Amino acid sequence: MAYVPGNPVTAVVERIEIQKLREGEHLILGFSIGGGIDQDPLQNPFSEDKTDKGVYVTRITPGGPADKAGLRKGDKIMQVNGWDVTMMTHDQARKRLTKKKEDVVRLLVTRKSLEEAVKKSMGHSYKQ
Amino acid sequence: MDTESTYSGYSYYSGRSRGSHRHGERSRDRHKSRSKDSRSEKSVTINTPPAEPLLGDSAVRGEQVQDDNWGETTTAVTGTSEHSLSQEDIVRITKDLEDSVGLDCRRYFTLTLAVILGLLVFLTPLAFLVLPHLLWPERLQSCGTACEGLFISVAFKLLILLLAVWALFFRPPRAGLPRVFVFRALLAVLVLLFVVSYWLFYGVRILDSQDENYQGIVQYAVSLVDALLFIHYLAIVLLELRQLQPCFSVCVTRSTDGETRHYNLGQLSIQRAALAILEHYYCDFSVHNPALLSASKSRAAKHLAGLKVYNVDGPGNNAASGLAHSQSRAMIAAAARRRDSSHNELYYEEAEHERRVRKRKARLVVAVEEAFTHIKRMQEEEQKKAPGDVMDPREAAQAIFPSMARALQKYLRTTKQQHCHSMESIQQHLAFCITNNMTPKAFLESYLSPGPTLQYSRDHWLARQWTLISEASVTSGLKDGTVFLLKCVDFNLVVTAKKIPYIQMSEEYIDPKSHKFVLRLQSETSV
Repeated sequence: MAYVPGNPVTAVVERIEIQKLREGEHLILGFSIGGGIDQDPLQNPFSEDKTDKGVYVTRITPGGPADKAGLRKGDKIMQVNGWDVTMMTHDQARKRLTKKKEDVVRLLVTRKSLEEAVKKSMGHSYKQ
Repeated sequence: MDTESTYSGYSYYSGRSRGSHRHGERSRDRHKSRSKDSRSEKSVTINTPPAEPLLGDSAVRGEQVQDDNWGETTTAVTGTSEHSLSQEDIVRITKDLEDSVGLDCRRYFTLTLAVILGLLVFLTPLAFLVLPHLLWPERLQSCGTACEGLFISVAFKLLILLLAVWALFFRPPRAGLPRVFVFRALLAVLVLLFVVSYWLFYGVRILDSQDENYQGIVQYAVSLVDALLFIHYLAIVLLELRQLQPCFSVCVTRSTDGETRHYNLGQLSIQRAALAILEHYYCDFSVHNPALLSASKSRAAKHLAGLKVYNVDGPGNNAASGLAHSQSRAMIAAAARRRDSSHNELYYEEAEHERRVRKRKARLVVAVEEAFTHIKRMQEEEQKKAPGDVMDPREAAQAIFPSMARALQKYLRTTKQQHCHSMESIQQHLAFCITNNMTPKAFLESYLSPGPTLQYSRDHWLARQWTLISEASVTSGLKDGTVFLLKCVDFNLVVTAKKIPYIQMSEEYIDPKSHKFVLRLQSETSV
């Protein structure tokens, strides 16, 4: 997941669709985010590359909508409803996720295990 | 057996300690090595050196193999061998006297040369001024105001020159160096040439032609004095200023116990650098104590004492060069194979010695503190009132010395310093401490840790017995990597010079307004 500024980023992503849950007058998704271009990337425990200023999932409420949809702790969020989140401030990312008019958020997330799974399957196909 | 026929330090020592086991051990060793030969290819073939060279070596080293206990059982207690007077010492002392007389002759010779040169230099301008008046007074033009002004300037410049030469050159000599001091010799030659050329010019142009222009002559004399002042400036720069800027870092190591210091020196010739280093040596290095080195020597002897190489095949088989090589290889292999427990002995011995020293030190400190409480300084008023049993410092020191003498003697003997301090010097030091209101701890300080050589009596200084050993000429300058030795009677000082590197510095400007900071954020929001 290392990136070089100026070059396009390629990653293996998973599409996750979360239905927002209504609790009183709030719509909640059931996870917490950390990171952003205005944050300190060295404090991020989930990133491989400590200069990665992307937005990561830091906590998942067990049993919440995100958990049910398959989001995992440590996932890096690449897109939210089509909007790119890799170069966003923390607050902008939060706003994108908590739009009151939207009931559903479609995320593209990436994690290390995805890449390894793809590599393994490709490796199998090569052997065959 | 050939071991009994010749006296060697190894067999003496090993005979004393191992006794009858000696033969049995050796035959076992030989047997073991032979069986190992047949089994593995890592064995070393111990072949055929004759016993002669080994015994020859050990006879030379015989007296150094003796360990500490040997000295204590002999009847003649003379301290260490360097201080007992033997035939060699007497010869050496007479040679020293002759040498010092020889050096003094050289010193007086250079002194008389310098005085003659100085007189010549000072009297020349005066001669230039006076000679026309003596030789052709009637034809000489009278001296006007400007000319008389020049007289004053000559007088004062000569006075300044006199003071400057006295300050720079007439100082008590610090040392006698092996070769002539190159810069001084050059300067003396320069001054001589200079004065001779001025005399030549004067003789040809003025004396022969009997010039009447007295003002010109006076100006000529003034120019001579000016030029002499400039030569004196050159002397200051060459002799004093040039070596002030540090250029070399020299590392001085004493060969016997490894004490090392580093000093910064400027551009000096090797002999002047050696002189500077020796002056630092007397102030910085702790006094050389040969009694502390006997332990390591006896350990080294023990390593080799257990092994003896026999020539089984008969003498005269191998060439001489192969002998020593194979013999030493054999000894190294055998030594590596046997299990050596001397490190164990060293550890326990050192711990025991440490404990003993600390115990003696505690007893000494208590004894001295108690002794110091027996005397009290009398105040001024009391002195006038009661002149009873008053003592001066020396008597006071003699009065309290016996109560601490035994403890001090034992402590000095344990730390092997007893030959550095005589009773007289201890009493003198005690009187000195009492006079200056020093505490017992201050009195003991000079005995608890070895101080620099100057602190001890004159016969420890050995200041007249240094030899400079150098591969390069001693008047050549120090260079990077110069190594030379300063040999004294018992030890050497090994000196290595390293050039201080050329430092290239660059600059970086920081605008004071450029110091800006941001907070490191790591917020986590739940959505």
